[in-house]
Amino acid sequence: MRRCNAIILRLVIDKFFPNPEAALADLPDGATVMIGGFGNAGMPAALIDALIAQGARDLTIVNNNAGNGDTGLAALLKAKRVKKILCSFPRQADSWHFDALYRAGEIELELVPQGTLAERIRAAGAGIGGFYTPTAFGTRLAEGKETRRIGDRDYVLEYPIHADYALIKADRADRWGNLVYRKTARNFAPIMASAAKCTVVQVRETVALGALDPEAIVTPGIFVKRVVKIAASLQKAA
Amino acid sequence: MKKLDRNQMAARVARDIPEGSVVNLGIGLPTLVGDHLPKGREIILHSENGVLGVGPRPAPGEEDEDLMNAGKEPVTLLTGGCYFHHADSFAMIRGRHLDFCVLGAFQVSVAGDLANWHTGGADAIPAVGGAMDLAVGAKKVLVMMEHLTKKGESKIVERCTYPLTGARCVNRIYTDLAVIDVKADGLHVVETVDGLSFEELQRLTGVPLKRLLTAA
Repeated sequence: MRRCNAIILRLVIDKFFPNPEAALADLPDGATVMIGGFGNAGMPAALIDALIAQGARDLTIVNNNAGNGDTGLAALLKAKRVKKILCSFPRQADSWHFDALYRAGEIELELVPQGTLAERIRAAGAGIGGFYTPTAFGTRLAEGKETRRIGDRDYVLEYPIHADYALIKADRADRWGNLVYRKTARNFAPIMASAAKCTVVQVRETVALGALDPEAIVTPGIFVKRVVKIAASLQKAA
Repeated sequence: MKKLDRNQMAARVARDIPEGSVVNLGIGLPTLVGDHLPKGREIILHSENGVLGVGPRPAPGEEDEDLMNAGKEPVTLLTGGCYFHHADSFAMIRGRHLDFCVLGAFQVSVAGDLANWHTGGADAIPAVGGAMDLAVGAKKVLVMMEHLTKKGESKIVERCTYPLTGARCVNRIYTDLAVIDVKADGLHVVETVDGLSFEELQRLTGVPLKRLLTAA
């Protein structure tokens, strides 16, 4: 980075953004947005709140669920910003906002088995054009899909899911965007980070470069574009 | 006859899980199996959301919202347990690394087809979660369900009328009336509850059963 002697020009890689609004300002209508979290664990609540305030509409959302209660993803659905959702488990005791939109025909649902959802996301991040999985063979969720017998098993062809943005939550980050997570809040975040053109991370703590143990970094910064520190008191859904 | 209650069913399944097994317990009734694993028998529980070594429910006030099971209930981590992301978690499942999974069911067919994710009703919102991956991925798929519907119809059927979760995937069925193995040549009754004869179980079940052992 230090190549100029005459002019003091230091190109610093600094992915820290001052607030969620700045980190999501350019997210356009019609974008495909992956949102991390499994239920509330790992849900980037502050980023979702900022997305609601930002106003982008006709979004395609990728998440394991379809919102719980009245906050986070459920609030985004309630605000009618989502035209389509890809998820494995929309129906829950407290998924009333999704349920109402679905029954009214106001949201499109692509139901994907959880492991296939994860692998389609992983495939996108890894540059894989498609893969054969045994999951869902012979079921309604494989109808219309190409199948193939390989060895003594039957498989279904599945395609990657790419995203324009991924909104995820991690525990700590440095300015290069290296991430570590906390317990089961990790879930979909590392694979979503790799599958989106612009990955925005909500973290509890930002640390100096070198403070994260290189052996323990889960998501290398190459998969991360923007990092926003959110005070611990604001980490949870309101 | 004495039907098993939910806890007795869970204890019955738990009895069959050997030391050293890696097991995934489905949401709902199967989760109860964890409470009945014999103390001192080392068994590793896997949860889809990225845990190996799931421990018991934390004491009240000790819950951590970043440490949940697949049913989104607070859990703990056993010493030696670890966390991983979702693609790794399902590589463990699909890649045949789990010894057992225990799933609930609406119906199981004579061939071992499993239906447990969708009633197919026009107004029903479908949700599949990890069930289809577990059904094809675990080395042994154990199903745990009541033997009869509320209307008294057998949930073990010639052919599933509900949409399938997986074809020919179930190895053993635990109900409140019996334990039944699914084999290539049909359903073998391993045991029945006290006071229930093989003949009576056969009458209630409707599809042909084979007598593996003399009923208790």
